[in-house]
Amino acid sequence: MEHHSNIVPWEMISKIIGFAIKYAKVKEDGTLDYADLENKISGKTKLVSLSHVSNVSGVINDVKRIAKVAHEHGALICVDGAQSVPHMPVDVRDMDADFLAFSGHKMLGPTGIGALYGKKHLLETMTPFQGGGEMIKNVVFNKKTERCSIDWNSPPWKFEAGTPNICGSVALMEAIKYLDAIGMSEILEYEKTLTEYAMKTMQNCCTKLLLYGTRDPSLKCGIMPFGIAGLSSHDIALFLDNYGIMIRSGFHCAQPLHQIFKLQSSARASFYIYNTRKEIDCFTEVVKEIERF
Amino acid sequence: MVTVEDYVARIEETCGENKSAIVTLKYDKKSEAIDKILKKAKLKKSLSGIIFELEFQGISFRVFSSGKIIFTGVKNKEVLHDLLNTLLL
Repeated sequence: MEHHSNIVPWEMISKIIGFAIKYAKVKEDGTLDYADLENKISGKTKLVSLSHVSNVSGVINDVKRIAKVAHEHGALICVDGAQSVPHMPVDVRDMDADFLAFSGHKMLGPTGIGALYGKKHLLETMTPFQGGGEMIKNVVFNKKTERCSIDWNSPPWKFEAGTPNICGSVALMEAIKYLDAIGMSEILEYEKTLTEYAMKTMQNCCTKLLLYGTRDPSLKCGIMPFGIAGLSSHDIALFLDNYGIMIRSGFHCAQPLHQIFKLQSSARASFYIYNTRKEIDCFTEVVKEIERF
Repeated sequence: MVTVEDYVARIEETCGENKSAIVTLKYDKKSEAIDKILKKAKLKKSLSGIIFELEFQGISFRVFSSGKIIFTGVKNKEVLHDLLNTLLL
C-alpha cells in the first residue's frame, strides 16, 4: 500500500548496498495483512518501513503493533507519516517509532520542506549523508598529514548541511502552530465525519459509483478513492474541475496498490479542515451529473 | 506560419499500462482550438457543454471546455502531434 517514496529509495539503495527487500501483502480491501507482515519479520530484518496512513485509501495502519514486533526481532521501524501527521494526533514515543517522516505541503505548509524524526541515540550513531556547512564541529588542517580532520556536529545539525530552507521552515512552523491550535484530535474527528457523510451520500445518490478500498470509516481517515463506471479517473477530475472541485486522478504515486485493486487509476477525493458538508453535497451533485455521460 | 505549438501549452503522459495523453490548450487560444476540433471531428456525445466525446480518423478522444483533451491509446508522440496538426491547422 506504499507510496512510491517508500518503495523507490529502498530499491535504489538495495542495488548499491545489496540487501533483500520483502513486501507485506495487502488485502483486497486495501488493509494491511498483519499476519503476513509479522511472519516476514525475522532476526535478519534490519528495518521495517511502512506508511502510517495510505495516501490512496486512507487506511490507518497500527504502527504501534508493527513496531512492537519489529523491536522484538531487533529491527528498527521507519514510518511514513506524510498522510497521518497532518490529519491526526501522532505520538512517536507512544508508537515507539525509530524514525518518522512527514511533509509540509500536506499540512497547509509550503512545498519542498519536510521533517524526519529520529530517536536521538540512533541519530548519534549515524554518519551524515551530506557534507557542507553547519554539520561539523571542527575542520582542522593537519600540517603533517596535509589533510583535514573532521568532527561531526550533534544531531540534528549533523544532517543539515549547508544553508537551510529558512523561509520554508518558518512557514512550516506556522502551519504546525495553526493545526495545533485547532487540535489534531478535533481535525481527525471532523475529517472522519466528512468522509462518512460523503461515502453515505454518494452511495445513496450515485448509481455508477465505485468505491475502492475499505468502507469502514473506523479504519481510515479523510480519503475516499472512487471511480465511475465507464469513465477514467482523468475524465472525472477534469469534469469536476469545471465546477471548481479539485480531486486527484491517476495512481497517486502508488501503482502497486492499484495492481491489488485491479485498476488502471483511481479518482481520489480527500477532505480537510476547510471542507464542509455543503461542499460534499455540491460534489455529489456534479458526480451525479457526470454519471449521465 | 501557424503551428500546433501556437495552440498547445503542454502535453503530459499519464502513467500506467494504458497510457493516456493529456493535452492542455493555451488559455487564450482554447476557444478557437475547441471550435476547430468540434468542426472537424465527429461528435459522439457531450454533456453540459463541458465534456465532448469525439472521433477523428478512427481515434476517440474527449475534449473539456476547460481546455484539456484526453487521448487514450495513441501509439506515440509523433502520431499525437500529426493528429493535433490535422485537427488544429
